[in-house]
Amino acid sequence: MTRNPRTLKIALAVGAPLLALVAAFLITSLVLILAGDDVGGVWGQILSLPTDRGYINILNAATVYYLSAIAVAIGFRMNLFNIGVDGQYRIAAFTAAVVAGEGWLPGYFNTALAMLAAVLVGAAWAGIAGLLRVTRGVSEVISTIMLNAIATALVAYLLRKAAVKDTGSNITATKEVPEGSRIGGIKLFGDVPATVYGLIFLAVAVGFLYWFVINKTTFGFDLRATGSSETAAVASGINVKRMIVISMLLSGGVAGLVGMPLLFGNDYAYGSTFQSGLGFAGIAIALLGRNHPVGIALGALLFAFLDEQSNPLQILLEISPDIVKITQGTIVLTVVIAYEVVRRYGVRLEQRRVASALDDEPATEGVKA
Amino acid sequence: MSVVADAVAPAKAAAKKLTFGWIMIWLAVGLVLFSALRIVTGADDLDSSGTLRATLVAAVPIGLAGLGGLWSERAGVVNIGLEGMMILGTFGAGYFAYFGLFGFDGPWAGVLGAIAFGAIGGLLHAVATVLFGVDHIVSGVAINIIALGAVQYLAALAFTGEPGGGQTQSPTLKTPPTVTLDFLGDPLLDLEKKHWFVVSDLASIARALVTNLSLLTLLCLLLFVLTWWLLWRTSFGLRLRSCGESPAAAESLGINVIRYKFTAVVISGGFAGLAGGFLALVASSTFREGQTGGRGYIGLAAMIFGNWRPGGLLAGAGLFGYTDTLRLRGGGETIHGLLLLVGVGIILFGIWQYRKTRQVSSLIGALLGVGVAAWYFSTDSIPEDLTGMTPYLTTLLVLALFSQRLRMPAADGQPYRRGSAG
Amino acid sequence: MRGTVNTTSTSEDVVVRLRDIGKTFPGVVANHDVNIDIKRGTVHAIVGENGAGKSTLMKILYGVQKPDSGTIEVNGTQVALSSPADAIGAGIGMVFQHFMLADNLSVLENVVLGAEKLHGIGDAARTKIIEISDAYGLDIEPDRLVEDLGVGARQRVEILKVLYRGASIIILDEPTAVLVPQEVDELFGNLRELKSEGLAVIFISHKLDEVLSVADEVTVIRRGATVDTVPASSVSSKQLAEMMVGSELPDPSTETSTVTDKVILEIRDLTLPAPGGGRDLLQDVDLVIHSGEILGIAGVEGNGQSELVEAVMGMRPCNVGSVSLGGQDLVGRSTRERREAGMGYIPEDRHRHGLLLDAPLWENRILGHQTREPNVNGPLIDRSGARKDTQRIVDQYDVRTPGIDTLARALSGGNQQKLIVGREMADDPILLIASHPTRGVDVGAQAAIWNHIKRARREGLAVLLISADLDELIGLSDTIRVILRGRLGETFDPATVTPAMLGSAMTGADA
Repeated sequence: MTRNPRTLKIALAVGAPLLALVAAFLITSLVLILAGDDVGGVWGQILSLPTDRGYINILNAATVYYLSAIAVAIGFRMNLFNIGVDGQYRIAAFTAAVVAGEGWLPGYFNTALAMLAAVLVGAAWAGIAGLLRVTRGVSEVISTIMLNAIATALVAYLLRKAAVKDTGSNITATKEVPEGSRIGGIKLFGDVPATVYGLIFLAVAVGFLYWFVINKTTFGFDLRATGSSETAAVASGINVKRMIVISMLLSGGVAGLVGMPLLFGNDYAYGSTFQSGLGFAGIAIALLGRNHPVGIALGALLFAFLDEQSNPLQILLEISPDIVKITQGTIVLTVVIAYEVVRRYGVRLEQRRVASALDDEPATEGVKA
Repeated sequence: MSVVADAVAPAKAAAKKLTFGWIMIWLAVGLVLFSALRIVTGADDLDSSGTLRATLVAAVPIGLAGLGGLWSERAGVVNIGLEGMMILGTFGAGYFAYFGLFGFDGPWAGVLGAIAFGAIGGLLHAVATVLFGVDHIVSGVAINIIALGAVQYLAALAFTGEPGGGQTQSPTLKTPPTVTLDFLGDPLLDLEKKHWFVVSDLASIARALVTNLSLLTLLCLLLFVLTWWLLWRTSFGLRLRSCGESPAAAESLGINVIRYKFTAVVISGGFAGLAGGFLALVASSTFREGQTGGRGYIGLAAMIFGNWRPGGLLAGAGLFGYTDTLRLRGGGETIHGLLLLVGVGIILFGIWQYRKTRQVSSLIGALLGVGVAAWYFSTDSIPEDLTGMTPYLTTLLVLALFSQRLRMPAADGQPYRRGSAG
Repeated sequence: MRGTVNTTSTSEDVVVRLRDIGKTFPGVVANHDVNIDIKRGTVHAIVGENGAGKSTLMKILYGVQKPDSGTIEVNGTQVALSSPADAIGAGIGMVFQHFMLADNLSVLENVVLGAEKLHGIGDAARTKIIEISDAYGLDIEPDRLVEDLGVGARQRVEILKVLYRGASIIILDEPTAVLVPQEVDELFGNLRELKSEGLAVIFISHKLDEVLSVADEVTVIRRGATVDTVPASSVSSKQLAEMMVGSELPDPSTETSTVTDKVILEIRDLTLPAPGGGRDLLQDVDLVIHSGEILGIAGVEGNGQSELVEAVMGMRPCNVGSVSLGGQDLVGRSTRERREAGMGYIPEDRHRHGLLLDAPLWENRILGHQTREPNVNGPLIDRSGARKDTQRIVDQYDVRTPGIDTLARALSGGNQQKLIVGREMADDPILLIASHPTRGVDVGAQAAIWNHIKRARREGLAVLLISADLDELIGLSDTIRVILRGRLGETFDPATVTPAMLGSAMTGADA
């Protein structure tokens, strides 16, 4: 081989998601054409430069997406499918809102306490699925789907109990977080009042920690080993059941943080209008970013960008901005297909490389890619 | 070769088979229990014909979604995209029932449209999982995202400005015809009103079946029988199931596994679509955004509850439809009555586990049972929000308690590539 | 050496004619220049060492894989076999090495699958199955679930599947690998019967003595190509070995005994109840292995060998009976603690239990040694330490690889296994559990692995050896115990025991 395998590897890693993006754009365009909408207008708006305010919105949305995707990715590295991030972050955010609203502690102590509560509740909710899996062999896919629905009902019920009745308004929400416990934003542009969530740094810290633990520690090795082959992990002495529970707890704990930037930087309370569906977006973004902390960051920015840029479509072109959900969903499918194609290609390349390096080897059995 | 005894004797005790007779006996026991519970708690709405009729309407979409899951998983493809395909079905029903195609509109056009739209979702899932080998869960999640977005986009496009329609809902749709047999219904109502032990319960069941029964409901019930017959009594079904049990074995016998899996997943989407169509056409008479309310997932749950068999699935759908109905009928008190049954049931389970010397599960069972019973005696009603959890909680409990007895297709969820025989 | 074809046969006798078959996988030439003629009414053996390309060739003949070049003629007509359906249509049937059966379906369903047009899926099919079963003495009940059947019965179901379709050419891929000698004899009886009815039987094996006892003609394959086809009556197994690998086959025999009286592994009354109820998976197992001793376990697959290994390794929780290592009680200890106490483990399925296939070799070096130097430094992975030691293993154990960053998946089976052996020997274990240590590896790797085990035995290692290869078991072991239905039975001295004696004990036929 004359080409450097490392450069080729990087080229493939970048090429696959680009290919997927192009495919997703083509499919979305096809839908627009079939529906008789203005394709050029839609892409003209979406692919234009964001406004100053738009940049801030994108960063904010990406922060939340990022946390959600990291929560999902922790499970993925272990070959666990935590579909329950959606329920975990909502029930955790609700708990944190109640704790913060009560204001038992002064200032940021209150914030810290509320966030701790969120992490614990998120972890506990995910832990149920982990325990069911290791003690009763219940697939975490099914149990987390069920737990999502249960969380929805439970939060609705508890919210009704905990809500502050605001006469004249039909919004139900928890008590507001005291001023001193809110987390201020960062001003990017002098003339725009909107700010970037202060908790964007929390997302960065979580991302770094994720990378460090997974790649540099023996715990991370055990987690990855279990993810790539549970049977080999057992034989190597890893307590797989313990690992499953721990990683579900970690995943749920991070999921608990998902709602925090919203709670302390924007909403200041948990109400019926609190953003939902972040867990599913997290799954998509984790897949797009291939469970890599930097890849996930790019994926989160992309999703946030599409959201933000599609917002004005309704006003400008009378086209429902939901069209980008088709794009986002298609990206998930195409990117997974692209990664798989690239993976198989990579394996074949590697096998050729090994064979050519060892010319004297006898023919071996057909190794399946 | 028979001289040498097999050194490996079967280690497993054969699972007890549910025969028709046993099913009848259990149904009878259930009926008596229910009747007793109605009389003890005084919650007459527990099995009034109104409740049962509503249960039927609530159970059919869950059951259809479950059938969709059954078709797909029996061929070895996990389908959590059922929810998305159902959403597509609601829109398909709304669009074609209202606008029609080439002048063919009305409820039956809606039904076909629902099936077609669901099948498109199934097609997408089949292309991703069967042709491209994408992880089944990933594809399912993606389809749910795509379907939701597509329907929101299309609904706004189609129904905005129509009379009675809007961005998120269609105008009122014509519904399929219903059947009512008055000459049976009225005397049955009298009998039901007497509130006699068992007799009145039977009367209300009969009445629910002869009053206002939608033709579509009837057709959908037939689909259960049809599915059972196709999958378990024909060679097509045998081949399809073999793809879910051991695709390599099927391929080694010359079966085109890809084609069967593909077909199964598309049919699965059609069923899910029909489930959505039923919601739009029978359960209500409009398409509305968010109409499915997670019923695709409940259908999946019902299928697991039913151990990947049509009969069990029907029972699961009935159970979940029933709890859903009680919730919608403001049945806080009624479900409250059921609590007693659940509590006693769990305590009995605990005793059974104790006899099998499983201390831990018997202890958990006993504590749970006492807790539920205590809840019953300390309250009068269950909040509406909590009753919505019932199907999900039931599924979790069933999975947790009986997962050892459940048997999913052996190769369910595993990616398959051609050339894997041998 | 180019493939030559025996030209004495008349063309109408030849039912299968393979010409210049070639098949390439990425980086691997599985077959090239394969030329074989198979005649009606004969048993034609195809021999070659593991990885020589026999299985790929048969998959080509059965339509599972497409050849890149060459032609196939069946009964004088050239055919294109692009799927097993084509092969079945041409009258070819195949019994795979790994049985192709759906456990959760009945025997009947497994048999009629894909051939429903013949006799339906109901009573007519049932009658036909019983008829064939009786005619060939296969002893098959059509309505049993396949999962309840033992290994021998499963193989008979596979043969019945082929007969049910009226095949005239039957391929059996390593059919004797899972059978005891007596079952092998019965299988051969069946094959002779099929042959006398004019069928052609293609028999794949690497066990030369078996081949010579049943085959009429033998084709030798080496490095993917046919070496020669010879009448079985005119060659010795030594000559075949020479053709197969270019030298004599390696011999597992150990030299003088190195058994000491120092007890390393002691198992007392070990019992493992079946999780779903029913017969215990292991029952009152007693076993002692000394330093410098290799104790071999003989048994038909599925009689508790895997469970015994997993119980000793701590992979299955087991609280009845005791296991101690070097006098140290292991009850309640985790697999990791047991490994740290000095257990090495060569698993029976290296792909599932021994390796992370998509990880580089140096990460695979860490597997199973995640708590020990030189792989780790406190809670952190010591990358450079692990890499250095991986290079040492690659050098010392002759793992043929371009480098330690290569993915484990890209190595051949023999090299993967050598890496595992090197890894498991790395921390000077006092006990090595070796499950089928040379299964599916080439002759060179086989000899190397045997030598490593022998060397370690001389240095005082205790070895628990499980193998389905009775020659390996008899050659390497100092003591042989037989396992049957979860119980350890008779003890044999390898110096005096014959495979037939072991076979009787393994099936309980002598009891």
